[in-house]
Amino acid sequence: MKAINKKNIITVLFILLMYAAGEIMLRQGIIDSYIEINIILIGINIILAVGLNLVTGFTGQFSLGHAAFMAVGAYTSAILTAKFGQPFTVAILFSAMAAALAGVIIGIPTLRLKGDYLAIATLGFGEIIKILALNIDYIGGARGFMDIPKYTNWTWVYFMVVISIVVIKNFINSRGGRACISISQDETAAEAMGINTTKYKILAFVIGAFFAGIAGALYANYFYFIKPDSFGYMKSIDILVIVVFGGMGSIAGSVVGAIVLSLISLFLQNIPELRMVIYAVILFLIMVYRPQGLLGKGEFKLKFLKRRLA
Amino acid sequence: MEQVLQQLINGISLGSIYALIALGYTMVYGIINLINFAHGDIYMIGAYIGFACTTFLGMGFMPALIVSMISTAILGVIIEKVAYKPIRKSTRIAALITAISVSLFLEYGMMYFVKAETRTFPEVLSSKNITLGNFVFNNKDIYIVIITVVLMLVLQYIIHKTKTGMAMRATAMDSEAAQLMGISVDKTISITFAIGSCLAGAAGVLVGVYYNSIDPLMGMMPGIKAFIAAVIGGIGIIPGAMFGGYFLGITETMVSAYGYSLYKDAVAFAILILMLIIKPKGLFGKNVREKV
Amino acid sequence: MSVLKLDKVSIAFGGLKALSDISLTVEKGQIVGIIGPNGAGKTTLFNLLTGMYVPTSGEILFKKNDSIKLNGLKPYKITSYGIARTFQNIRLFGDMTVLDNVKMGFHSRTKCGFFSSVIRLPSYYDEERKVNEEAIEMLKILNLESKKDELAKSLPYGEQRRLEIARALASKPSVLLLDEPAAGMNPNETKELTNFIAWIREKFDLTIILIEHDIKLVMGICNKVYVLNYGNLIAGGTPEEVQKNPQVIEAYIGSEGA
Repeated sequence: MKAINKKNIITVLFILLMYAAGEIMLRQGIIDSYIEINIILIGINIILAVGLNLVTGFTGQFSLGHAAFMAVGAYTSAILTAKFGQPFTVAILFSAMAAALAGVIIGIPTLRLKGDYLAIATLGFGEIIKILALNIDYIGGARGFMDIPKYTNWTWVYFMVVISIVVIKNFINSRGGRACISISQDETAAEAMGINTTKYKILAFVIGAFFAGIAGALYANYFYFIKPDSFGYMKSIDILVIVVFGGMGSIAGSVVGAIVLSLISLFLQNIPELRMVIYAVILFLIMVYRPQGLLGKGEFKLKFLKRRLA
Repeated sequence: MEQVLQQLINGISLGSIYALIALGYTMVYGIINLINFAHGDIYMIGAYIGFACTTFLGMGFMPALIVSMISTAILGVIIEKVAYKPIRKSTRIAALITAISVSLFLEYGMMYFVKAETRTFPEVLSSKNITLGNFVFNNKDIYIVIITVVLMLVLQYIIHKTKTGMAMRATAMDSEAAQLMGISVDKTISITFAIGSCLAGAAGVLVGVYYNSIDPLMGMMPGIKAFIAAVIGGIGIIPGAMFGGYFLGITETMVSAYGYSLYKDAVAFAILILMLIIKPKGLFGKNVREKV
Repeated sequence: MSVLKLDKVSIAFGGLKALSDISLTVEKGQIVGIIGPNGAGKTTLFNLLTGMYVPTSGEILFKKNDSIKLNGLKPYKITSYGIARTFQNIRLFGDMTVLDNVKMGFHSRTKCGFFSSVIRLPSYYDEERKVNEEAIEMLKILNLESKKDELAKSLPYGEQRRLEIARALASKPSVLLLDEPAAGMNPNETKELTNFIAWIREKFDLTIILIEHDIKLVMGICNKVYVLNYGNLIAGGTPEEVQKNPQVIEAYIGSEGA
């Protein structure tokens, strides 16, 4: 096991190749702006879902407040870029850290709760953050935050997706990651095996929040405009649905889930009146007939997706 | 002082609504451990049925209330049979997402049929002010409170004095043991959904009459608020849900009255979080230690 | 030399005393049996020793190099000091592989942090390799190596018990607590287990405390036996002494039989 081996070289080449393919298609106009928006959105959703998967899928902690961390990231980036003229790199970094900090603040009191209670408490915290955003005039309140510079592009989104997958994948396949998984299996036994369960639950939560912050920044600096209502619990539920749909405890599942669900909702755009109804029915059918999600706990092997960089 | 008491009356009316919805949440959670996210939408459908009965069929208040309660009870049973029965053995998260899918289905299905705009509920109860000393009551306040109290008394009677109620309590405690004792668990769960939904339906009509406006997404927030109420009282505990409903209704009205109406939802969530952290089993619940 | 010393340890749940004034010492290298009727408080005692419960009063001292007071310490802390346990109702990480289950035992002895894992520093590879080798070694010793890639939940019952012991041993404990290790085993398996326990005690230089209903097992390998009844310690001594103790006989057979 070494960092530089054949498998890793192939993976890195594959990652670069996919990036180049995307870039060329954009430059040549093969991908029009309508498709581009959707690709960007899919990328943002992948980052959100992979982060939440660490919390809910791997560590077994049920969160319905993930969108709130996205909100923290989006507003932080909006303030830094629009009001203080900071470069995007700085803004993304601070957005991620602000969201991670919010993760610590919310995680410490709530993560002692279990199951449904934790879900509802995180939902509550998420709504409180949303309501705070609605009432702060400095960031536009209910009217929303306007005129955010557009920095997000294919390059940013693509490499942020890669980084989030690699970081979380590497973490999962390490001592800390195993500790997280063991907590989802049996918290009491995990504690008896010497695992500081509180620490690892918070760590997972904070990593998830960190990447949600990045996703928020990418979102804010792509669409010029953000408003608190975009980050309510329905958004959190959307992210959770991607995770469960793809497979809890499968990174590849979250990637596939984000893509497939976006495609489904694209097709449904032709029938806007029935879009949500059909979406609800699909969701229901999946829960009944394939509750483990598309990929279960499975992962793609090598060649197809950046499995691990190990 | 008068201002406070006046707000208290408003709070009790709002609390009645929350309490009625919270009862259904708490009963369903008590019996199958499911946060029935669609419960708030049953309340919405109750309001629409009441609207249809009064506007198109020209019914009076009481007949409309009864028709709405019966219809939502049937709807509750259908939802349970179609959507929740197949996932009874699934993981918690699958169950939760199923409930969310049912909720979306009802909300947007309704929107498809009745369109998204807000409807004005007809004045089926003529608004009359009753003066008692220094206070002015509206007769609608009195209606809401009386109907809620009557429904709660009936519910208490069913749960504590009838065989059905005993079956419900037994199933909530230990459904396998209840099954072994010859209780039909399926039937009991259906009855629980029927009763819970019928109370939500009643709340829907009362809200329509009280606030005069209804829309397809009206169930989302009150649904979550009612769940908070159930948690405050201790989920699965019926008097707890009633107390939680009134507590939350009064608190929210007071917060609004003192000029913080923009924060009233935040206050409700803050109470929820504090409650979960300090006393997760609710004010009326007993803390049980997990056996190792 | 004593490794564990309990001084008047009590615990009450909502006013109900589950254990009252338990005082006992465990000598290094011994195998100590805890017996008693159901509900006597045996597992509660284990939960106190491992930090799952906090005693209402009294003191639990663990002697390693110096004395460590265990009351109020978190379970993971206690494990890191060298006390490991198994559970009455087997608590493996069912959806993890057999190998990963054993790797969990190494947690308190390894230290690879978030950043070295994510950036994959050389220290990550070194530690992973070491853990992997040692975990496989442990599986070999316990004769589970061929099953290393299977999910823990798919193992037959007896192997699950063994895996749970392997996982506990991986944390390199000096004291091992076994909660009804022979539960659900037939006499033959129990006999094998008896030898196995004696063997791991030697091999890993352990002090073992075990809860057991199988009197033959207890009398066969324990150096010392303590008897609990209704939360009280009613007797303690060598197996022979305890067997003759009239209070013990009464607790087990009831007063009419005595």
